[in-house]
Amino acid sequence: MTLTLIGLSHHVAPVELRERVTLDLPAATALAGSLGDAICLSTCNRTELYFEGVDERRAVSALQQLAGEPLDGVLYRLHEDAAALHLFRVAAGLDSLVPGEGEILGQVRDAYEAAQPGALLDRVFRQALGVGKRVRSETAIGESPASVSSAAGALAAQVFGDLAGRRVMLIGAGRIGELAAANLASRGAQIAYIANRTVDTAHELAHRFGGDALALADIASRLGDVDVVVSSTSAPETVVQAGDVPAKRRTPLFFIDIAVPRDLDSAIAKLDGCFLYDIDDLEAVVAETLSGRRSEAARAEQLVAEEAERFRSWRASLDVVPAIASLRARAEEIRSAELAKVDGRMTADERRTLESVTAQILNKLLHLPTVRMKEAAVSSDGAAYADAVRHLFGLDEENKR
Amino acid sequence: MVEVFFWPALLGYGEAALAYATVRTSRAATWGVPLGWLAQTALLTAQAVRSDGFPWSTWAGSLNLFVWFVVGAYLIWGCRPRFRLLGLSVMPLAVALFVVARIGGGTGAGGSSHYGNLFLILHVGLALAAFAGFTLAAGLAGLYLWVERRLKRRSADILRLRLPPLASLERLTWRTILVSLPLLTLALVIGIVRQQRDGGRFDALEAVTLLTWLVYGAFLVFRPTGRRAAYFALGGFVLVIVARLALAGSHFT
Repeated sequence: MTLTLIGLSHHVAPVELRERVTLDLPAATALAGSLGDAICLSTCNRTELYFEGVDERRAVSALQQLAGEPLDGVLYRLHEDAAALHLFRVAAGLDSLVPGEGEILGQVRDAYEAAQPGALLDRVFRQALGVGKRVRSETAIGESPASVSSAAGALAAQVFGDLAGRRVMLIGAGRIGELAAANLASRGAQIAYIANRTVDTAHELAHRFGGDALALADIASRLGDVDVVVSSTSAPETVVQAGDVPAKRRTPLFFIDIAVPRDLDSAIAKLDGCFLYDIDDLEAVVAETLSGRRSEAARAEQLVAEEAERFRSWRASLDVVPAIASLRARAEEIRSAELAKVDGRMTADERRTLESVTAQILNKLLHLPTVRMKEAAVSSDGAAYADAVRHLFGLDEENKR
Repeated sequence: MVEVFFWPALLGYGEAALAYATVRTSRAATWGVPLGWLAQTALLTAQAVRSDGFPWSTWAGSLNLFVWFVVGAYLIWGCRPRFRLLGLSVMPLAVALFVVARIGGGTGAGGSSHYGNLFLILHVGLALAAFAGFTLAAGLAGLYLWVERRLKRRSADILRLRLPPLASLERLTWRTILVSLPLLTLALVIGIVRQQRDGGRFDALEAVTLLTWLVYGAFLVFRPTGRRAAYFALGGFVLVIVARLALAGSHFT
């Protein structure tokens, strides 16, 4: 029973190669199923096969078939504790391009739930999911935004708290602006207006987000009606002037300017109750939070190492489990046989008492040897202890008989 | 015997004041605050049991009770890791005032006043509870201004600091004053009724407290927002400091 991992990831394989071996969930599940007791984890950054009792050459060949070329230089192969540690780091987001990203944990869960793993894979994947959750709850590694669009959403939440019901105006149809709007919407904000030079494009986005389309000329008249403005046009001139912002507002107005050249008048930042972040500010926030993620990653690595040690102990304890089971079975057999000898000479009450007393004696006698064998297993003496127990109690001879 | 509860309370508050210094240790602070507060509750209970009358009518005694109200209000509103900076301002203040209360003899047994118990419990208790609420509101307003300034300046570390949102701080400041002002109103009414009945001069403390009531009343009526609301709350707190620290000693003598 050996846990093996064969795979390639963004650390060693270029995107041209990764995209050839990337599989969607049904295809990944089918590939794993065709190999035997295996789980295939395939994302845009990695394709990895975890298996037990499968010929390694078959797994390598399956991946090479997908790649259409030999993968000698890029495939990594890990076994047992090393494979488990790798999976734990993957689930914790520590092996990701952006440390601590949360999507990978869901992908590990999907791969696990789609497969029908044996006992070893089941155990290691369940533990990996637990490690992923533990790292996210006990460290702040996943709390900070890792992209400009998510930073925009997080900053808006820093101003307004819960974004549910907050109204957003999206100016322009730039890709990053659209992503920022999507991030705000995912936090509960309502995309109220989409303004664009080409009104048809505005209508198209408005249809997707559920807001109203506007011409650029109508922006100023609607600024009093929104809480967040996200701008990402390619206009060479300023789209919103400080004078366009309504002077009397009871709630803050948060401006996100992702355009280069900038769309929003920098004087807006000086207005009372207005906050203005441009692309450089957002990138600085992302860089800062990523450095925070790296320091949290060190704490996460400690948690992962603890869990890997727990897995190693569990694996080691498996060496002595058969010996412990045989010992207990042998003792129970003797107890039952001795009880049978006096069966007809006791009342039902006496029989029950004797059964209870002998069972307690047996448990107390075997408790310490069981604990000691498990401890020895963890410190790598397990096999020797197990052999000694088999020899002392004649368990092998018993089996032969 | 009574003072045996002083040390665990001080230890809890002190632990919280230190633990709030860093983000990593701030979780531990959220334990020190309730444990310290429970110990101080035991101290106050022991004082009440041992005393013939109202045990907190002295300047130092009322400071002891005031600390209990401040920490109690903080426990209700802000004792969370995300409000670390609020804790960092409230808990060292609580420690300092608590120590001053002990030096002044306000944490021992035996103190009492010739004033009627019920009057003092209501008048002093309500006024101190209101002042404690205004203190917490000032802490929230100060934190609002600090966060707002960092957002205005576009500080790159704004998200790393894991600060409470501006809207939450503004809402909590408003709610704290909304709860505290009726308590002060009741305290004033009880004090005025008593003064009308027994006679006595209108002193400086009453004048400043009345002014405080007017400032916070205006806050609730006009409901300022943003920075203005924070300045309003801090302005009212200056009057609380004057009432609490500069004038309180003369009121019951």
